[in-house]
Order: sequence, then structure tokens, then C-alpha cells
Amino acid sequence: MKEYIFDCVVIGGGAAGMAAALEVEKSGFDTAIVEREEHLGGILLQCIHNGFGLHEFKEELTGPEYAERFAERVQASSVKVFLESTVMELSESGEAAGMHELHCYSSVYGVFLLKARSVILSMGCRERNRGNIGIPGSRPSGIMTAGLAQRLVNIDGYIPGEQIVIIGSGDIGLIMARRMTWAGCKVHAVIEIQPYPSGITRNIVQCLEDFDIPLYLSHVVSEIRGKDRIESIRVTPLKNGIQDEENSFEIKCDTLLLSVGLVPENELSRKAGIELSPQINGPLVDSFLMTNKKGIFACGNVLHVHDLVDYVSRESRSAGSNVVKYLNSTLTGVQNKVKAGANVRYVVPQKFNFQGDNQFYMRSMIVKNGAKVEVRAGNIIIKTVNHNHVQPSEMISISIKKEELEKISGIPDQQLEISII
Amino acid sequence: MKYDIAIIGAGVSGASIARKLSQYNLKTILIEKEADVSFGTSKANSGIVHAGFHTSWKYLKSRLEIQGNLMFDGLQRELGFPFRRCGIIVAAFSEEELKHVQELYRQGVENGVIGIEICSRERILDIEPKLNPDVIGGLHAPNGGIIEPYRFVFSLVESALKNGVELFLNFKVEKAVRSRGTWMISSDDGQIVEADYVINAAGLYADSISAIFNAELFKIIPRKGEEYLLDRMSPAYPNKVIFPVPSGKSKGTLIIPTVEGTMMVGPTAEEVEDKEDTSTSTEQLNRIFDFSRRIIPSISERDIITSFAGLRPALESGDFYIDVSQKAENFIQVAGIQSPGLTAAPAIGDYVKDLLKKLDCSLIEKKNWDPFIDKVPRMRNLSHYESEKIVKENPQYGNIICRCEKVSEAEIVEAVKRGHSTLDGVKFFTRTGMGRCQGGFCTYKTIKIIMRETGLSYNQVTKRGRNSKVLMRKLGGDS
Ligand SMILES: Cc1cc2nc3c(=O)[nH]c(=O)nc-3n(C[C@H](O)[C@H](O)[C@H](O)COP(=O)(O)OP(=O)(O)OC[C@H]3O[C@@H](n4cnc5c(N)ncnc54)[C@H](O)[C@@H]3O)c2cc1C
Ligand SMILES: Cc1cc2nc3c(=O)[nH]c(=O)nc-3n(C[C@H](O)[C@H](O)[C@H](O)COP(=O)(O)OP(=O)(O)OC[C@H]3O[C@@H](n4cnc5c(N)ncnc54)[C@H](O)[C@@H]3O)c2cc1C
Repeated sequence: MKEYIFDCVVIGGGAAGMAAALEVEKSGFDTAIVEREEHLGGILLQCIHNGFGLHEFKEELTGPEYAERFAERVQASSVKVFLESTVMELSESGEAAGMHELHCYSSVYGVFLLKARSVILSMGCRERNRGNIGIPGSRPSGIMTAGLAQRLVNIDGYIPGEQIVIIGSGDIGLIMARRMTWAGCKVHAVIEIQPYPSGITRNIVQCLEDFDIPLYLSHVVSEIRGKDRIESIRVTPLKNGIQDEENSFEIKCDTLLLSVGLVPENELSRKAGIELSPQINGPLVDSFLMTNKKGIFACGNVLHVHDLVDYVSRESRSAGSNVVKYLNSTLTGVQNKVKAGANVRYVVPQKFNFQGDNQFYMRSMIVKNGAKVEVRAGNIIIKTVNHNHVQPSEMISISIKKEELEKISGIPDQQLEISII
Repeated sequence: MKYDIAIIGAGVSGASIARKLSQYNLKTILIEKEADVSFGTSKANSGIVHAGFHTSWKYLKSRLEIQGNLMFDGLQRELGFPFRRCGIIVAAFSEEELKHVQELYRQGVENGVIGIEICSRERILDIEPKLNPDVIGGLHAPNGGIIEPYRFVFSLVESALKNGVELFLNFKVEKAVRSRGTWMISSDDGQIVEADYVINAAGLYADSISAIFNAELFKIIPRKGEEYLLDRMSPAYPNKVIFPVPSGKSKGTLIIPTVEGTMMVGPTAEEVEDKEDTSTSTEQLNRIFDFSRRIIPSISERDIITSFAGLRPALESGDFYIDVSQKAENFIQVAGIQSPGLTAAPAIGDYVKDLLKKLDCSLIEKKNWDPFIDKVPRMRNLSHYESEKIVKENPQYGNIICRCEKVSEAEIVEAVKRGHSTLDGVKFFTRTGMGRCQGGFCTYKTIKIIMRETGLSYNQVTKRGRNSKVLMRKLGGDS
């Protein structure tokens, strides 16, 4: 079997993988990206709408444009890119301590083996499907995830149906509501089980309100009807969390798009023995974004689902620079625990250190105007940041400078707790 | 076209009969209304090769079950479908249930079930550690097993076709007349097939087919069974098929490991009116999971990847009705094939062959009958080194299309070449889209491969034939 040795192998060439690989390569390390598709870019390639890069490039780009900027840099660098190649297995090398092995399958390069001193997981995420959310009824054609529809429309140029209903008000669903309307389809409704939308506000306005597409909050699809092709759905409002059958109504449609959440893609990680967070399904990482396996790091949607690609790039660069330190054997520092406090669903990373600045990403469990993000260690308040508005769909990021932690640096086993109040 | 034998219905019954008859010098046609074989009840069931202790040998279905069970090892060698004799247990949670287990044991012994045993609590937990520790004992039948039912049917049909049987898909039998000693069978769209003998293996519609041929009048009662499929990562994956002890009213639901490493809970049993009603419901979901969790506590709704329902084509008698018609000439009934129809199918093939003898059909064995079919390499079963070799020969094996179930482009191409050109057909043949993401990633790639290999245009590709189109229109014009 053909074998190649690298200092660092990056799995997945989306926004995360490209940014991380470039950061490692910059310091002169032999770096490779393995990407299953024919092009670098990942999910960005099907997001032809605007809204990418405001932080990163200070201008509004489409997904493919954003991807292209990074892909050009990758091509100009010494990063070796294996396209149309899938990593099938990640394992520890039987021969040398600290080496990792990646078995890759490709129609271009055949079956080959990569050996690497470090690995970056950046496999992105996948969409939840109908089974995961268990909608009762028949199982006709015409039901698909919004992301698949997006791919079919934007890349392959096919319209999956004309009379559309969308379940879930996640960003992909909202963007597809607008996309399908532009393509001449009729979008009848977006149905959301929560009392608040799960996509960002900008998308609610620009994708639904501007097109008079009704959004039904606190409603569920209680039945799918149709034999060969979907014919209609039954929609039932929720009253105090219970289905209010009496006020159910029917919507005729030939297509049902599901935008019911994304889950980090961690099949490989799990098999490699990497510990995952049961909350977010991404690897548990320390403040350097390193997993419980030495030398394996994670960033981007495989770690936790992001709503802004700019954050993905930033997080991935930081993973890359930590890999550089790891390869130089200068990645050291005691890791202390970070906990999600009141009203916080999760915090990533789950550890912090005193050696440098720390960057945390989190999601709120509440919708609130005039909220405060508060970081504390026991009774000591480290930092508070004001937010005009928080909601579960908008990721919150907070950075804590090294100096800000000085107040507590002498005390052993200090834990941080981040709350939204 | 004139045939000796026409078999109506390409489910597991029709397919088994077709393969059996392919051993003889007969011109046989297998007729199916759907776009592919096994699209009826034979695709939506529990996939269990039953052990033969559940009903008395006085029933035909029980005798054929026991005989069929014994035939699976040989068939697997010849046809290569996924099958494993994992064994079946019945778990008892009370003294009362334990008494019932003893009755099942006696019945099993009487029926001739090989290896059947009664287990103590210790033994049953040893065989199946996932069981709720409150279990107090049970039954173990090591001869029970699991198969992929549609792959079984596909391979039977492929073998039959290889030996000269012909297959008509999308042929819905609607009319039949007997004239000058043969049957003229017409489809709803005016196609005609002529045959001397007709075998009615139409599953849920065996009653209408019987009526069309002016044969016996009976009623098939659809009995719905809902099943839920759980992710292969589920911590509840058992070693054995697990039955509860049947109680008066409800049979309870089962916990089933599938041969391909996922697991299933179900089925329910509910009589319905509509023969097309394969919908699932929240009430049944809750029932199934509440019930199953008492047997294996680690079962969770969180692991559901999909659900489906199948309809058992039951007769009031509760037994199979396989016999020569007393009313219609040269007509054989294969009706009421409810559970354990899958298990019994190989024996049904033999049984029907013998019925043909009663009708003076001449059965002369072919000299060159070939029981084997070509096996398709499956990437998920190969080691890295075996994969390397096969990818060298055919690079399409290196293009992994379905990441959840590890299916390559070459396997999809092979499915299409063997006549499975709908998305569901490809899915059943290869498992693409059957895993955790349920086709979220691979569907568009599969559609493209189907289009390339068949020459179908985008709006001719369907999920499962007829009007189940996937793509409606091309962006920017020509619809
Ligand atoms: C549909 C959608 C719409 C969005 N809209 C916006 C927006 O409007 N504005 C904004 O700023 N952000 C948006 N985002 C967020 C942002 O664009 C993404 O979070 C970001 O692009 C994710 O990058 P990633 O590299 O983590 O994942 P991905 O882009 O998913 O990349 C992962 C890559 O890994 C590859 N891969 C996976 N497994 C393997 C393997 N085993 N072997 C080889 N390769 C593998 C995949 O093929 C893929 O190319 C959107 C996200 C989605 C999903
Ligand atoms: C939920 C459930 C679980 C089960 N579990 C098991 C199990 O674990 N083990 C077991 O042994 N058995 C099991 N069974 C029973 C088993 O699935 C059936 O007995 C078996 O599949 C019946 O096969 P068949 O070929 O007789 O019918 P079918 O598979 O229904 O085949 C009949 C075919 O005839 C075709 N047809 C009908 N009308 C016409 C027409 N007019 N023209 C042309 N074609 C026509 C149909 O399209 C269909 O393909 C289960 C059944 C159900 C519903």
C-alpha cells in the first residue's frame, strides 16, 4: 500500500480544514488535506447567497467566493491536497508512539495510508433527518433535508418540487425558503416546534418576511400523507407543549424540506476512541482544541455547529497554531475546567489555561434582550460582557485575556463558569 | 408471448417459486406490478428466520417454517445474501411467563426444533447480557436467524433469471380469461401474457387475483406492523433476536439485531382496512419503546434512524392457504402468507412444485441448472488490503458514495446493471442511504449514477416507480 508521511494531516477541506492547514504549513511543517469531494470548500460551495466574510474579509461574499479565497491560498502553499479521497479509518500507529495512521480510499489515488504526527479533525456536520425527529405518516417521495435540496438546486440545477413546506426554522431552511421562491416555487409555510425561530434574525427578515412566507411557531407536523409523492401534511399547534388536535390544519404540498438541526460528523472520531460531548456530539477538547487523543485536534462544525463561517476560520487558525506548538513540543500548560452555567447550553472548549488568552464559544438556552455574559471563578467575577440580544440560534463568543485571569492564577483547581444573566 | 407457468407477485413467495421452477424445463414468467421485485410485504418485515416453536406443526405454516429454516444455509452458500444464525430467545419476567416458556419448549420439541433449550436466569443473561437483569429465565433456540429480506428476494430472482425465468415489472394483472386451454392474462395498460398454469402469489392482493381468475373467494386482511430502526451505534444492540413471552391479547414486540449491524424494535400488529396504509404513528412508537425498554433498558428513541410499516397478508384461518384451486383450472393459490412467510418461502417453493405435479405439469430437471450467482464485493466487508486490490482493478470501488454504510460507486453501478434502477431498489441492493443520515449526503450522487448508467433523464428517476419522482424541473427552463 502506498504510504506518505506528514507532520500534520487535516481531514476535510471545508472552511475549517483550509484555515487550519494553512496555519500549520506557514510554520514550515509538511501538511496535507484529505477531502472526499472534487473541490475544496465543503458546505460553502452550495451556499450561493451573500453573508460570508464580514469579519474575515470586511466585505460580503457568497459561500463559493469565501471558499475560493482560501482555496487559492491553499493552492499557492505547499499543502498537499488529496481530493476525491475519503478517510475511512483513523487509528494510532502500531509502530511508533505518537504517530497516527489514516487509511484513505480514492478512485484517483487508490487505497493509501497516511502517517502523521498530528491530525486535525474538520469533517463538518450532517443534517438530522426525518427518522431522527420521527414524523408519523406515510413515506412517499418528495421529503428531503434542506441541505440536500440546496445542493440539488444550487450545484446541480434541479428543482425537487413546486409546492413547498419547510419544517424547522434553522438557517438552511430559511435560506432555502427564499431560494425556492426565487426559483419560481411556492413556499407555503415554515413550521417550527419552538416558540422562537431557530435561525438568525437576519434570515427571518430577509428570507421569510420579505416574501410573506408564514412562519408557524409552536407548531409541529403531525402527519405526512401521500402515496407515491407527498400530497399534504397535517400541522398541529402546541398548547403548553401538548398537541392541540382540534386546531390542526392541512397544507397541500409536493415537497417537504427538513431543516431540523445539524449534528457534528464524528463517525471517524468515535471509532478512533475520541471522547465526545454527549451534549453537542463533538469531541471534548482542552483549551488548545486538542481531543483526549494526544496530537488530534478538532475545529469547525465537527467540533460544534457554527452559524458564521468567520468564526469557523478563526477557531481553525487557532487549532492550527496550537498544532504548530504541539509539533515544536511547546504546547504545555495546566488545563482547568470550564462549565456551562445558568442559561448556557454548552461552552467550547471545555478547558482553559493560564498561559495565554482563551477564546470561548457558547450557545444560550434563552431568548433575552439586554443580557449579560458573565464569567466567574467561584465568587470572583472575571468578566462580564453586555449583549443587546441573545437567542439559542446565535452563537456567542467571548475572549478572556491572560491578564484577566491573573486574579485567580494562584489558586489550584480553579474552575470557570460562564452564565447568561 | 406464451409461457408454461406465470407466477403473479414477485415477493419472497413468488421469487422462491420462480427459482425452484428454474430447475426444470419450463418456460416461466414472474409478473410484478411494482418497479422492482420485493417492493411489497417482503421488503418491510422483521427479517427473522424463525425457529419453529411458536405454533403447532398442525398448521401448514408451521411445517413449512421448520422445513424452510433448514434450507437457509445451503441457499446462502449459493446466493450469498446476508444471513446469520444468531439464535432466538424468549425472555420471561414472571413465574407465569416461565410456565408459558415451558409450553413453547414442549411445542418446539414436538415440532423438531434443533437445539432448543430452557435457560436459567444465569444462562439467559450469559447468552444475552443486554437483557434487563429482572429476567428470571427463558427459552433459547440457536437455530433461529436473521437475514436481509430484500437482498434474499433479489438473489432468488437473480438466480431464477440466470436459469431462464423471465421477469415482467410494472405489470399489474387486471384481467384473465381461460381460452383454448391457456390463461390470457392482461395488465392494466393492455399488455398480455399467455400461460398454461398460473400461480397466485400476490400477497395482499391474492384475494383480488383469485377473483380475477374466477377462483375461490376469500378475504385477505392486512395486519399492520410498525418497526423502528436504530443506529448501529446504539448501545442496545443484542446478540440474539429477543421475543417477549406472548400474552393473551398482545404478542408484544421484538428486539432484533439486523445482519448488517443496525437493530430494530417492533413490529406491532393491528388490523387495517387499507392495503396501502403503511403509515407509522406516534402512539405505536411510544408503545413499542415503552415495551422494549422493559426487556432491554438501554433502548432509546434517540437512536431511531428511520421507521417503516409492513402489512401481513393474513387470512381469517390464520394459516397459509397453498393449494390447487378447486374452481379455476390450472391455478394454484399461495395466499395468506403472513408471518413466518419469509422463513417458509424456500419450502413454499418446493411445496408448489409438488402441487404442479398434481396438475400433471411435466417437471423435467435441467441438466445445466446453475444454483450459484455472482457475488458482489461489498467495501464494508473488505479489509484495507483487499480494498486496495479491488480498487486497483476498478477505481470506482475507491469512490465512497455512502459514508454511513460505506458503499462505493462500483456497488451502485452493479445494482443498476442488475436491474435495480429506482432509488429504493439501489438502496436495498447496496444499503446506500440506509444509514444514519438516510441519504442526506449521497442521494444526489446516486441519482447521477442512475442517470448515467441507465440513460434515464432526471425526471424519470423515481424513489420506487410510478409517480414517486425525485426531481421535478430543471432550473432556468425546460421542465
Ligand atoms: C447550509 C449552510 C448554510 C450556511 N450559511 C451561512 C451563512 O450564510 N453565513 C455564514 O457566515 N455561515 C454560514 N454557514 C456556516 C458556515 O459556512 C459553516 O459552518 C462552515 O463553512 C463549516 O465549515 P467546516 O469546514 O467546519 O465544514 P464543511 O464545510 O462541512 O467541511 C467539511 C469537509 O470535510 C469533508 N469530509 C468529511 N468527512 C471526510 C472524510 N472522512 N474524508 C475526507 N473528507 C471528509 C467534507 O466533504 C467537507 O468538504 C452555513 C452552514 C451551512 C451548513
Ligand atoms: C411487520 C412484518 C414483520 C414480519 N416479520 C417476519 C419475520 O421476521 N419472519 C418471517 O418469516 N416473516 C415475517 N413476516 C411475514 C413475511 O414478510 C411475509 O409472509 C412475506 O413477505 C410474504 O411474501 P409474499 O411474497 O407472499 O408477499 P409480498 O411480498 O407482498 O409479494 C406479493 C407481490 O405481489 C405483487 N402484486 C400484487 N398484486 C399484483 C397484481 N395485480 N399484479 C402483479 N403483481 C401484483 C405485489 O406488488 C407484491 O410484490 C413479517 C410481515 C410483516 C408485515
